[in-house]
Amino acid sequence: MDNLETKPIGPSDQKLMEINMGPQHPATHGVLRLVLQLDGETVIKCTPVIGYLHTGIEKTMENKTYLQALTCTDRIDYLGPMLNNFAYSLAVEKLFELDVPPKAQWARICLAELTRLNSHLVWLGTHALDIGAMTMFFYTFREREVLLKLFEDCSGQRMMTSYIIPGGLYYDLPPDFDKSIRIILETFPSRIDEYEDLLTNNQIWINRTKGVGVISPEDAIGYGLTGPTLRGSGVNYDVRKANPYSGYEKFDFEVPLGSNCDCYDRYLCRVAELRQSLRIIRQAIDGLPDGPFRSENRKFVLPPKFDVFTSMEAMIHHFKLVAHGMIPPAKGEAYVPIESGKGELGFYIVSDGTKKPYRVKVRPPCFINLAAIHKMVEGRLIADVIAVIGSIDIVLGEVDR
Amino acid sequence: MDILSLSLIVAKVVVIFAGLMLMVAYMTLFERRIVAFIQGRKGPNRVGPQGLLQPLADALKLLSKEDVTPAGANKIIFNLAPVITFVPALLTIAVVPVADNLILFGREISMVISDINIGILFILAIASLGVYGIILGGWSSNSKYPLLGSLRSSAQMVSYEVALGLALVGLLMVSGSFSLSEIVHQQSSILEWNIIKQPLGFVLFAICALAESNRIPFDLPEAEAELVGGYNTEFSGIKFAMFFMAEYANIIASSAVITTLYFGGWQGPILPPIVWFLIKVVFFLFGFVWVRATLPRFRYDQLMRFGWLVLLPLALLNILITGIVLVL
Repeated sequence: MDNLETKPIGPSDQKLMEINMGPQHPATHGVLRLVLQLDGETVIKCTPVIGYLHTGIEKTMENKTYLQALTCTDRIDYLGPMLNNFAYSLAVEKLFELDVPPKAQWARICLAELTRLNSHLVWLGTHALDIGAMTMFFYTFREREVLLKLFEDCSGQRMMTSYIIPGGLYYDLPPDFDKSIRIILETFPSRIDEYEDLLTNNQIWINRTKGVGVISPEDAIGYGLTGPTLRGSGVNYDVRKANPYSGYEKFDFEVPLGSNCDCYDRYLCRVAELRQSLRIIRQAIDGLPDGPFRSENRKFVLPPKFDVFTSMEAMIHHFKLVAHGMIPPAKGEAYVPIESGKGELGFYIVSDGTKKPYRVKVRPPCFINLAAIHKMVEGRLIADVIAVIGSIDIVLGEVDR
Repeated sequence: MDILSLSLIVAKVVVIFAGLMLMVAYMTLFERRIVAFIQGRKGPNRVGPQGLLQPLADALKLLSKEDVTPAGANKIIFNLAPVITFVPALLTIAVVPVADNLILFGREISMVISDINIGILFILAIASLGVYGIILGGWSSNSKYPLLGSLRSSAQMVSYEVALGLALVGLLMVSGSFSLSEIVHQQSSILEWNIIKQPLGFVLFAICALAESNRIPFDLPEAEAELVGGYNTEFSGIKFAMFFMAEYANIIASSAVITTLYFGGWQGPILPPIVWFLIKVVFFLFGFVWVRATLPRFRYDQLMRFGWLVLLPLALLNILITGIVLVL
């Protein structure tokens, strides 16, 4: 057993067994590696080792123009591409002082909540699968398929959408967008009831998640946790309420809070958020205004394709934007946080006045939430590590970037 | 013993074991199709009509796989472990009567390989042997996850075996016999089925049987989400297949034993006894699959608590109630 390439952490004790959970492990949601020191099955020490999926996305973005860099954001948290597009676009818009027409703002909120549904559905399926409830995975992916189809209708891509761009949307909404959303609003509530039938009152599920992975509100704030992982501990912080962006203040929704700070409360929070997201989507689609789907500011936003072929001016704008990129009006920096499916997501962009960003820094919720994992699992059993990994909802693409 | 009765025994052994192996093979397909149905998928339906040749294809694949033995493994025990698990899994069926006695050419032929009068004791003894293969297999792999799996397996066995035995005591008090044939003969009508007399005993026995087969919600020794594959992580090819087949043979044996002990065995109207027996067995097999598709997994300390603090007292209570009813 000495031939494993793990370095001992802390004083080596012959009674302890050191075990590598990951990077290849069915339940680490990708390539997370946890080095666990075990006494029997009790976890004494848990050290996350990350970086197996590091692709240098931030650096890549610094070498692209503002519009090109948008495509990199899809690949950060690949379960919530629209939310990443959204956060990046908001930061760029702040930097460029771009206006966004009302239709685009409402459509963005609608799409962001659909993406949150997508992200939460994948979380629910994989979390339940980790704990052994295999069927949940297929049920949630069945619903996710509907959402991906809708994203494909909007952007032409199921996952790497790049649909929300600085200044609005890349295309207009598809003609049957309204109809598709109505179908989702009609079918999803009963599907969520079905998930809850299978899990919420299931005694085994409660045994496995209640009292597991406890993190106190003080610790949660101290570690900088955000999103449902924080709200499961009863801290009322949701960027959509605390610091509304893109018109979230006009929407009527609640922020579900937990009280026991454990995996079960985080589960309840997220399931309640599924319902709240549907509520927001209903309001957004009911109040969707007419008008242009992206800004008319020709200095920074591509003109409609038809104009490019018919108008000289539009063609020049198109050429300049594609060939030279968007050049910000001044040096400066911008940061806009949004509430992604996992927590507070923000892009910090520093501009030196050229067509490429000088620095792009992502504030990734998963990376920061993962940092608290040792607090939740130490002193508990191996099986609880799995439940905790599931309940903090990490995506390694975002952790490693 | 004359030649005829000897050849009869051999014939029974061949027929019943061939039938069991066939059921094991098709149980895999049955399970995958049922689980797929529950999960809104299609399941394997490409190899042969309705996927009927899928088990054959799986068997061929597993047979032709490279057989890897990890470095530092204890080779003898590593190779022996799958056999130790597989053989007892097949043996249980030997004492289960699959049909009524048959009168053929003036001879009475009992439709059970060995109609021993301590059938239930035999089942309990054999059932507890299978776990040794799992413990040894996990230990001899010289690998950490399998070691944890095999330790869990021993903890699990200790927790449910006591309750399993005690759950049957109530049944024995009612029937007054250890012989499975005798027990089946006592349940000639649906009102005399032991499930009516021993409802609590049945529930306890069914839960323990589920635990014995190492399946969700009691699949802690393999728990693929936690221990990768648990005790069978390092096994490949035919050795893995033997663990796998042992699991399915255990499910079938458990269903057969439940049918025999609590649901009147092969007894039933109109249809031939063997058909009734198979209908009942398949019904419980479906139950096993349904449970797997629905429930999450226990944690192993919870399983032990469940075994000692819930199953064991209930089994004792069951004995007490049965005793009081019998005396009155």
